[in-house]
Amino acid sequence: MEEQRVGTVNGQEPTIVAFFCTWCTYTAADLAGTSRMKYPPNVRIIRVMCSGRVDPQFVVEAFAQGADGVLIGGCHPGDCHYVEGNYKALRRIALLKRVLRTMGIEDERLRLEWISASEGDKVARVISEMVGAVRRLGRLDLPAKRRGWDAEVLPHGGPTEALAAAAAPDGR
Amino acid sequence: MSNPTKPQVAFYWCASCGGCEEAVVDLADGVLAVVDAVDIVFWPVALDFKRSDVEARPDGSIAVAFVNGAIRTSEQEEMAHMLRRKAQFLIAFGACSHLGGIPGLANLWDRESVLRGSYSEAPSVVNPEGTLPQESWQEDGRRVTLPAFRDTVRTLDQVVEVDYYIPGCPPTPKLLMDAVQAILSGALPPRGSVLAPDIALCDQCHLKATKPDRLLLASFKRPHQVLIDPETCLLSQGLLCLGPATRAGCEALCPHGNMPCTGCFGPTSRVHDVGAKLVSAVGSAFDASSPDAIEAVLSTIPDPVGTFYRYSLPASRLRRKVSQAAPAEAAQ
Amino acid sequence: MREALSKNGGPRVGVYICHCGKNIAGLVDVQRLTEYAATLPGVAVARDYKYMCSDPGQVLIQKDIAEHKLDRIVVAACSPLLHERTFRSATEAGGLNPFYFQMVSIREHASWVHTDKEEATRKAQDLVRAAVQRVIYHESLERRRVPINPAVLVVGGGIAGIHAALTIANGGKHVYLVEREPTIGGHMAKFDKTFPTLDCAACILTPKMTAVRAHPNITLWTYSEVSQVEGYVGNYKVKVKRRPRYINEELCLGCLECIPACIYKEAKHPDEFNLGLSKRRPIYIPFPQAVPQVVVIDPETCIEFKSGKCKKTCVEACGERNAIDFRQTERTEEIEVGAIVLATGFKTFDAGRVPYYGYGVYPNVYSALEIERLVNASGPTGGEVVLRDGRKPERVGIIHCVGSRDENYNVYCSRVCCMYSIKLAHLIKERTEAEVYNFYIDIRTPGKGFEEFYTKTLAEGVHFVRGKVGQVSDWATAPEEQGKLVIQVEDTLAGMIRRIPVDMVVLSPGLDPQPDAQEVRRLFNISCSNEGWFLERHPKLAPVNTFTDGIFLAGACQGPKDIPDSVAQAGAAAAESLALIDAGYFELEPTTAYLLAEECSGCKTCIPLCPYNAIAFDAEIAKAAINEALCKGCGVCVAACPSGSIQQHLFDDRQIYAEILGVLAGATAAS
Repeated sequence: MEEQRVGTVNGQEPTIVAFFCTWCTYTAADLAGTSRMKYPPNVRIIRVMCSGRVDPQFVVEAFAQGADGVLIGGCHPGDCHYVEGNYKALRRIALLKRVLRTMGIEDERLRLEWISASEGDKVARVISEMVGAVRRLGRLDLPAKRRGWDAEVLPHGGPTEALAAAAAPDGR
Repeated sequence: MSNPTKPQVAFYWCASCGGCEEAVVDLADGVLAVVDAVDIVFWPVALDFKRSDVEARPDGSIAVAFVNGAIRTSEQEEMAHMLRRKAQFLIAFGACSHLGGIPGLANLWDRESVLRGSYSEAPSVVNPEGTLPQESWQEDGRRVTLPAFRDTVRTLDQVVEVDYYIPGCPPTPKLLMDAVQAILSGALPPRGSVLAPDIALCDQCHLKATKPDRLLLASFKRPHQVLIDPETCLLSQGLLCLGPATRAGCEALCPHGNMPCTGCFGPTSRVHDVGAKLVSAVGSAFDASSPDAIEAVLSTIPDPVGTFYRYSLPASRLRRKVSQAAPAEAAQ
Repeated sequence: MREALSKNGGPRVGVYICHCGKNIAGLVDVQRLTEYAATLPGVAVARDYKYMCSDPGQVLIQKDIAEHKLDRIVVAACSPLLHERTFRSATEAGGLNPFYFQMVSIREHASWVHTDKEEATRKAQDLVRAAVQRVIYHESLERRRVPINPAVLVVGGGIAGIHAALTIANGGKHVYLVEREPTIGGHMAKFDKTFPTLDCAACILTPKMTAVRAHPNITLWTYSEVSQVEGYVGNYKVKVKRRPRYINEELCLGCLECIPACIYKEAKHPDEFNLGLSKRRPIYIPFPQAVPQVVVIDPETCIEFKSGKCKKTCVEACGERNAIDFRQTERTEEIEVGAIVLATGFKTFDAGRVPYYGYGVYPNVYSALEIERLVNASGPTGGEVVLRDGRKPERVGIIHCVGSRDENYNVYCSRVCCMYSIKLAHLIKERTEAEVYNFYIDIRTPGKGFEEFYTKTLAEGVHFVRGKVGQVSDWATAPEEQGKLVIQVEDTLAGMIRRIPVDMVVLSPGLDPQPDAQEVRRLFNISCSNEGWFLERHPKLAPVNTFTDGIFLAGACQGPKDIPDSVAQAGAAAAESLALIDAGYFELEPTTAYLLAEECSGCKTCIPLCPYNAIAFDAEIAKAAINEALCKGCGVCVAACPSGSIQQHLFDDRQIYAEILGVLAGATAAS
């Protein structure tokens, strides 16, 4: 698992936000660390108690804030520390993918993986694969896209002085 | 005509169907009380005032401006900016202005395909030359112009600052009256609030008690596919009723009419992106474990974006369909 | 050391960057990271330090809380799974609520997995920013205390389970020992001698087995299996399925008179305890010292069960003791315990899976466990090592590493096979005076007295051939090979291929996880390693703990182990259980879900989702109600609530959004 030389400096490198469940995948990511496995530095891991806590709003928020890919890691089916939180994640992500597809966001940008606490190598492999796949798609970079979309409109008007004066006496 | 002792009120419409205007008319006798209390200085759909009349007024001289409709054209932007300057309170009135509304679903396409679809490809259109609207045109030595048609549909607050929101497609007369009274009496919640209860619709639904405690569905149904029992929670009949995710305030008008809630009041204040939240809730509400079984259930929701973001696509975190050839690249 | 005082008002965050010696500082530019942290909004102090987890590192936090009036703490160091507790305690010792703390892993998730300094540092910056933004939203929380039921369940009655049960029972706590076989004793009960001291296994084991039976604090259920586990640390509710042995355990005195009285005059059925090397009757006791001393009836072979027409001579023999009960049925016992020790052991690798060694094809190819029975004085031959036809072998070959250290089977070393093979070599030579050959890849003797034992056995004239055996066959190519088994091996010391004819081949298989280890771990909600051994919480610092509080591991279920290691680990698991019980309570993480009751619309979306039935519908107010005592904090309901009216302590929406925004600050800044 050779680490690819990357540079986010020029803004061309993708960033992946990962939500890992604390019991399996986060532990596996720790194992990848203690085993000194190497993977690309493009990923930012956020710990949650269970993949079932991953609200699709988080995924959409991550994309909206500039993530080029989102990776969710949970325990293997049948292994969930909370019985079946991972199945909830599976159903939600399946539905979310349908939504994202319509919104023009490619399937490869959202990945759900079952990675058990002992699979540090799988953490490294999945991250490497995903960084490669997202790099091939190019950056999503929605903040920049939004700036592009908004170039067509008049600048956002703030409250006028008169309004500010009218509003002030009420103490609002 | 304008009475300087009464607060002045303006109504304006942008990209909308006119239903919100109807909602004002629907005040019925109530409109007399409103007219008693306020002086309407601008209402293009009903009264003959010109843009120049409003422009001539001092900034901040209008107490309240109610703007309905999404923002789609340069003219709507200009009007929004002007009303923002003239009004002390700018109210986004109705789902389109609040969240983008039905016109906001056009954000699944770009400007060109919308124009082509409407003016050339629609089966009822005869346009052999494929003429599309132009922003300016010379005819007999005279130049005529049209407002620019934007690539992206916007909510009112994506163009100007908005003080309050009155939700609904359209808002109910009661909400409008409550809002007018709140503004007139000064009993207002924090700026930026939606003037409707911050709780989901089930709270107001007459069918709430009939929902089983533990409901997991095997598939979702559309209203034409079932004989709806008017006495039973629509979700428990397999209909994708969005009441659990939709702000209350309409008193469950649609369920009363035997139709599931489609979410026109938008989410509660605690939800960032109602479509994604619905994905989460709906994705939790059925029972399937294998990928195939899950896909089978999901295929009973034929248009997830149109269902979950029916009124709110421009207000969503993603806002519009990402197209690789979008003007974003050009602007970078 | 750098510090920066933030503007007045607002939160005052202290950020601490650990070097972890060179572990972090070797790749992450800790100075730049600290300077960066100092610029983040809300940060009052940012420092770096060589070892944050050391006492001076923790004192640094405590002093700063007082001096700089900090109200939030962020430590960027190793994984929170390792040191979150340490730093929460330091935060608390400084006078803050321990949950005003957030930890950032810049070792496991940055310095150890990357190679580029610049990139690792940028990543660390993003992670620190996320933590600073997140911790501002943290709230003061209290840990919930749950009482601990003082009883312990020990699953598995091998030497590890026995030792754990006795230790806990000697500590004055009640133990339920559940064993699936009709007797306790496990693998050790099958052995004759133990390496390297050649202690008689029975002499050291049977007193412990008897002690279990006699101990007033131990309830022993053999022929039983755990069927259901519910609850949580300190408060487990367990169901134990007790298979019928068709004998009333209370009434059976262990006189064994029923066995010879069986209508089968001759034992005809393969004896499981002797691995089929001898026969037993349908009514039997596994071995003479079995505990409990209670016979078993095998309904598969008993005529009464098959035809209902047996003369029931066994019942006659039992007489007025009246202990035989053909109508006995399976029962389920329900118990409540505070802690559970899993000591479910191992299975030996099935030597038949290696086709070229001829196990199951040539009668005189034996597995090591069969030889253990043959050399055992109470075994099927009374301790005589003889071939299937009764002859004494003159030449014996012992093949090491069968199924171990082999990419086709198990890649791991099973730790015990070298030593037991040497022991068997010694015993076979002692009993038969045969020429004994050991075929090995490496001899591994890492234990007290192990190397000495190997040297001694070498001196006794046992042959050691270094090489992995290629094949065992009966194809003779020379007169001296006629009627023999031929071991073909590359002798890597002599540098030649050798064919060694022998009378008996002993295969030394490695250790496998129990075949039902996956089901068992699901039952107890713990994890397995890739190989299928139960996973310990930390390989070095928590070797008997699991990721589930109150469940501990003992013996070979956690990985191959010899007897002393199993016993040591059983003692450790017992000590952990006793420590838990004697503390009297356990503090649960406060990461529970909570309802914003005003805002709940009563839509009931959450109710069926909770795996612990912690959410109910309160019909009186027509809203959901979360029982935080039952909530385990997965957050499934939080994600599902369609109106955002359920939140989770330490993982609420605002905190996670702040974290998302924080980790992406670098990505958006660059574009």
